[in-house]
Amino acid sequence: MSAAKTPRQAMPEQPPLVRARNFEEVPLGYTAEQAVAEASRCLQCKNPACVQGCPVNVDIPGFIKHIAAGDFDKAIGKIWERNSLPAVCGRVCPQEIQCEGNCLLGRKGEAVAIGNLERFAADWERQHHVCELPSRDAATGKRVAVVGSGPSSLTVASDLVLKGHEVGLFEAFHKPGGVLVYGIPEFRLPKDIVGAEVACLQAQGVSLECDVVVGRTVTVDELFEQGFDAVYLGVGAGLPKFMRIPGENLVGVLSANEYLTRANLMKAYLFPEVDTPIPRGKRVAVLGGGNVAMDSARTAMRLGADKVSLVYRRSREEMPARKAEIHHAEEEGLDFQLLCNPVRYLGDDKGRLTGIECIRMELGEPDASGRRRPVEVPGSEFVLECDLAIVAIGSGANPLLTRSTPDLPLNKWGYVTANADTGKTGKKGVWAGGDIVTGAATVILAMGAGRKAADSIHEYLTWGW
Amino acid sequence: MFTIVNREEMAGGTVILNEIEAPRIAAKARPGQFLILKANENGERIPLTMAETDPEKGTVTVIYMVVGKSTELFRRLGVGDAYQDVIGPLGQPTHIEPGKNVVCVGGGTGVAVLHPIARGMKQAGCDVTSIIGSRNRDLLILEDKMRLASTDLHICTDDGSYGRKGFVTEVLKEKLEAGGVDQVVAIGPVPMMKFVSLMTREYGVPTMVSLNPIMIDGTGMCGGCRVTVGGETKFGCVDGPEFDGHQVDFDELILRLRAYTEQERCSHERCKWEEGGAA
Repeated sequence: MSAAKTPRQAMPEQPPLVRARNFEEVPLGYTAEQAVAEASRCLQCKNPACVQGCPVNVDIPGFIKHIAAGDFDKAIGKIWERNSLPAVCGRVCPQEIQCEGNCLLGRKGEAVAIGNLERFAADWERQHHVCELPSRDAATGKRVAVVGSGPSSLTVASDLVLKGHEVGLFEAFHKPGGVLVYGIPEFRLPKDIVGAEVACLQAQGVSLECDVVVGRTVTVDELFEQGFDAVYLGVGAGLPKFMRIPGENLVGVLSANEYLTRANLMKAYLFPEVDTPIPRGKRVAVLGGGNVAMDSARTAMRLGADKVSLVYRRSREEMPARKAEIHHAEEEGLDFQLLCNPVRYLGDDKGRLTGIECIRMELGEPDASGRRRPVEVPGSEFVLECDLAIVAIGSGANPLLTRSTPDLPLNKWGYVTANADTGKTGKKGVWAGGDIVTGAATVILAMGAGRKAADSIHEYLTWGW
Repeated sequence: MFTIVNREEMAGGTVILNEIEAPRIAAKARPGQFLILKANENGERIPLTMAETDPEKGTVTVIYMVVGKSTELFRRLGVGDAYQDVIGPLGQPTHIEPGKNVVCVGGGTGVAVLHPIARGMKQAGCDVTSIIGSRNRDLLILEDKMRLASTDLHICTDDGSYGRKGFVTEVLKEKLEAGGVDQVVAIGPVPMMKFVSLMTREYGVPTMVSLNPIMIDGTGMCGGCRVTVGGETKFGCVDGPEFDGHQVDFDELILRLRAYTEQERCSHERCKWEEGGAA
C-alpha cells in the first residue's frame, strides 16, 4: 500500500465526557509503533513544502525519517537544531495552517501528523534522556538580557547561548514560561513540560531570574549600565481588552488573563489545596472565538460548570481558534452562541453578575480584515443567564515597560516598532519580537520572530550595529 | 533572597512588621509604591504597600494585619525565614508637592502606608497635620513614628481607650472648618476613605486615597484590580494605588473586594484547623 493510502494514525485521547471534568492532558500521545507507522507515511519530498510552512524551518522530513527508522534520539537531535521547544510546539502550533497545511499528502487525503510526531519525539526524549544537548560555541564574553520568558524569549535565549553569548533571562512572574504557563491550560500543555524545556536552557547555561519586572524593578537603560551588551524585549501583549459595555465591573466578570492566570499559573483549580481562589460559575459565558476563549471555556467546564456558552459575534467559520480546539470544545459539550454579541451585563443588588443582554448578528460585507462584518439584527435582544463571564476578546500592548523606556519608538497602538526581518527596534542595542511587536499571535510565530532577532543580535555582537 | 531580617509584632500580635532583604527593590522603591509577596510554592500573590525602604541595607518593610490564610502564613515566618517571592516596586509613587498644608488621615494598618507619605511631605516642607485612629488603644500602630513625621498629631479610638473617643472624621471636620487645608491624604479601611472623601468634597479640598483592590500580577495584565475613577475604568496596579478620592466609586470597590470572601473564610478556617492538628 502506498503511503498516500495508509490512513493517518489517530491520536489516542481521553474520552470527552471524562476529560471535560479533569485537568489531565487531552491527547495521550502516540505509542512508538504508531509513531513509526505515521512517520512511514511521509513522502520525503525533495522540496518539502512543510518546512516552508514552519516559522522556524524545522527539518521536518529529516526528523520524520529518523522516527520511521526507529532512531528516536536522532529525531529529537534533528528538531533541536531549529526548535528548542518541540514538546510545546507539537502541542500548541496551528499545524493545519502551517506544516501540515502544506503537506503534499494533504492534497488528496490526510496530511502527515507532523505535530503529533514532533510531540512524540520530544516526549520520548524527556522520558529517556539519551540525547546530548546541542554543544555551545566558544564563549564570546558578550552579555544579552532577554526580557520576558515566553516562547519568543526562550528561542532567543536558546539560540544565543549556543552561539557562545552569556544570556540573562528576566521574568516578571514567579515562574518562567510566559503565556505557556499563565495562559495555556494544563490539559493542553502540562506545566511540567514547560518546566523541563526551561531546565534544558538552564543546563545550557542560560541564567534565569524570576520576580524581576523590567520597567519597574530595573529599567532597560539600567540593564545596559549593568553590563549587558544587547537587550531583547519579548514581553508579550498582556493588557486585557474589555468591551466597554455597562456592568463590566460587576463581580463575576473577569478577563481571560485573570481567569487563566488563576487557573494555570496559580493552580487555583486545586483550591483550597493551594491558596489562590477562582470563581466557579454554574452557568458561564465566555466572550470571544479564539484559542484563549476555547481555553477559558474548557477550563470553566472542568471547574464544574453546568453549562458553558461561547459567545462569538461571527459564525463558526470565522472563529480564529485552532481547529483541533474547536473540535475538542464541541466534543466536551460546550454551547456555541454564534452570531451573538453582548450589549450589557446585568447584576443583582450585591453587585454580582446574573446575566448578559445579547443581540443576534448577521454577516454583511467583508471588512478590512477580510472577514464578513457582523451586523446587529434589530429587535433580537435576549438575556443569556450566567453567574460568570470571561472576556476573551484579545489583548493589547502593556505599557509598563515601554513607558519606562522613553526613547523606544512605538506605533500608535503602543506596540514596539521593530524591523520585521531582524527585530531591531529604533533604540540602539534593543531588539523586540513576539506579541509586543505584532499583537497577540501564536507561540510559533513568536518563536519565528525570536529566531530572526537572535541572528541579528549575534551579527551585532560580532560586527556592530 | 527575600529573607526576613527583622520582625515585630504590633497591636497584640494581630499586626506584623517584616523587614525583608530585597536589594534590587530597595534601590528603586519610592513612597506610595507596593510589593507583591508570596510565602511559598502554593501561596497566593498578595499586594502590600511598603511602609519603609532602606536602599543602603537593601531591605523593604511591610506591615500587615493578619486577616486570612495568606497573611496567617506570613505571620508564621520568623527572622531568617524567607518569602519565596517578593516582586516590586509596583504602582505609581506618591506625588508630593512641597510647601502645602496637608492633613494626613490614617486608620488601622493604613497608618503604615500613610507614614512614609507623611514623612515625605514633611521633608518636602509641607505642614503636616496627622489624624490616626483605631478601634482601641491596643490596635493603634506607629504612634511615635507618626509624631515625628507630623507637625501636629491627633489620635482617636472608637472606644475612647486612648486619645479622643470617636472617628478620625470628627477631627478632620474641625480642621476643614478652620480652613487653610490644601490637601487631604486618607489611607485606611475602604469605608473610612469613602467617608473622608465625602466630607472633603463638601469643602472642596483635594483628597488622595490609596486603594488595595484584589489583584494577581500587579503589572496590568489580569485586570482584576479594576476600579471606577471619574466614570472610567482604571487598573489599581498600574494607574494607582493612589487615586483622587472624590472620583473613586467606593461602593463598587467594596463589592469587588468581597468577591472571594466565602472562599477566603474556608481557606483560613482550614489553615487554623491544620495548625491546631499539627500542634
